[in-house]
Amino acid sequence: MTLISDEGAQELRPRSELTASELLREVASVLRLSEAEAAKLGDLPEDPDEDQTMVINMGPSHPSTHGVLRLMLELQGETVLRCKPIIGYLHTGMEKTGEQLTFMQGGTNVTRMDYASPLNNELVFSMATEKLLGIDGDIPERAQWMRMLLSELNRMSSHLLFMATNGMDLGAVSMMIYGWREREEVLRFFQKVTGLRMNHNFVRPGGLAADLPPGWRDDVLRILDMLPERLEEYDTLMTGQPIWRERLQGVGVITPSEALALGATGPILRSTGVEWDLRRHDPYLRYDEVEFDLIVGSYGDAFDRYAIRLNEIRESMRIVRQILDLMPEGDYRIQDKKVTPPPRARIDESMEALIHHFKIFTEGFKVPEGEVYVAIESPRGEIGCYIASDGSPTPYRMHVRAPSFVNIQCLPHMMRGGLVADAVAVISSVDPVLGEVDR
Amino acid sequence: MADSPDETIEESSEVAEVPEPEMFGCPMTDSRGQLVLHVDRDRYLDVAKQLADEGYAMCVDLTAVDYSEHMERALPSSATAERFEVVVNLLDITHRRRIRLRVQVPEGDAKVATLFDLHPGTEAMEREVFDMFGIEFDGHPDPSRILMPEDWNGYPLRKDFQVGTIPVQFKGAAS
Repeated sequence: MTLISDEGAQELRPRSELTASELLREVASVLRLSEAEAAKLGDLPEDPDEDQTMVINMGPSHPSTHGVLRLMLELQGETVLRCKPIIGYLHTGMEKTGEQLTFMQGGTNVTRMDYASPLNNELVFSMATEKLLGIDGDIPERAQWMRMLLSELNRMSSHLLFMATNGMDLGAVSMMIYGWREREEVLRFFQKVTGLRMNHNFVRPGGLAADLPPGWRDDVLRILDMLPERLEEYDTLMTGQPIWRERLQGVGVITPSEALALGATGPILRSTGVEWDLRRHDPYLRYDEVEFDLIVGSYGDAFDRYAIRLNEIRESMRIVRQILDLMPEGDYRIQDKKVTPPPRARIDESMEALIHHFKIFTEGFKVPEGEVYVAIESPRGEIGCYIASDGSPTPYRMHVRAPSFVNIQCLPHMMRGGLVADAVAVISSVDPVLGEVDR
Repeated sequence: MADSPDETIEESSEVAEVPEPEMFGCPMTDSRGQLVLHVDRDRYLDVAKQLADEGYAMCVDLTAVDYSEHMERALPSSATAERFEVVVNLLDITHRRRIRLRVQVPEGDAKVATLFDLHPGTEAMEREVFDMFGIEFDGHPDPSRILMPEDWNGYPLRKDFQVGTIPVQFKGAAS
């Protein structure tokens, strides 16, 4: 068996070298559906002449692959016959690292996975830790609402980034500047609150790292007042444009049953018409106390996914406005000495506080034995955190169910039979963050 | 923190009919209010099929744990602790409930049936588990490494694969 390169089994191999069943597997792996499912589709393309097809390599360094995603494409003319995503170029062993860091330090690790929505990553890790500790019911109200505020603002910034990259991928280059401009406004708020634009490590087990700074309300209001007008600009620039619609409508279609079978969540699942949003259907924090609409598509194409994200920004703004009204006063972290370090001021006057502070930052806190899976809705879909603890201050095993990692399996299916130019639109509409795919 | 999935699990009539902690003949435990089913390796696929018929039609997550440094973990009496454990999180979006399967996989014969034919979305996740733990999935269409390079030696998430003790392996680099 000769191989095209040294990638081994990850490679798309020439059809002549494959046995019939292997070919079916490969073509079925284009669909990433089981053989039985694939046979039911019945519209597998005729085996083309080998001279008429070619296997090309897209990525890993390609501007539209959002990082280091590599696609092997089998083309006949401009039509994509088979496609195989190859990932792992950004793998840094973050789950292994997570086993070395204490629960206290774990946030710095998980926040770097999905770098476009770091606060959601921290949130799911903190919630899993709290559930293991059994303090998930005791988190102060203000902490819950602050988490919600940050989580929604993060959803907005992530979707704004999508608007920028989606526009850029499809040739609306000015959109790239606009999307980044708006995202920057949100990141500026994050910088004021957490000290960092990204990778905040702000949501921690037990609450948050600090209270909101003075004047935060005005900053949020400024963002909320500015954005609607800008989003209307997006509508003018893209949504209503015939070129934009031509480029996205009917591209990368996926049906509800396929999306569910492939484990897709978030805007991809909702674009097919399935109403599933963990904020609504499995409410965490205080999402059951705010009013918002689920944005659901009907065709499952790239345009639906674009429109869902655009309108989710609007819904997030609606939620943020309610949070501004409902934000209670109080503590921003649980006053449980086990997980909360003493306030800085007390360290100067109390030796116990100093020892406590030292112990909690050097040893961390012990988390009772057990295992737990907690899932929340990140901008990309269900992000889950599975932690198994053996009673020590570090997780015995920390696994993050990354939405992009699972969603990326839809790519071969969405691309099959489409054009190479549409492949770019499809990757963009799935909105994968490769840091999270490879972890 | 509101935690309605657990509430819905408790309220669902199906669990109420079976008061003893058992489902499809597999011991069922509660982990911080989450439903956990300890499935025998031989019955794993069968149980997953039955659960899919019950409504758990979506496999959201599949991962594994290497328990070689923590063999004394709490398990129901009928389950034997093995080195590896494959953990599958299933979701029922109609009834809004979740269930977790834990399958014991012995070290000497690290192999389980694939869920690919039932839940095609486990394709990448099973490859990741194979890549990281060396657990083979019987019948998987593409049993190759997914995150690590093809020629990597060892399985990084195993507990005996120590951080920092392995020289950096790169293709073509002088070792």
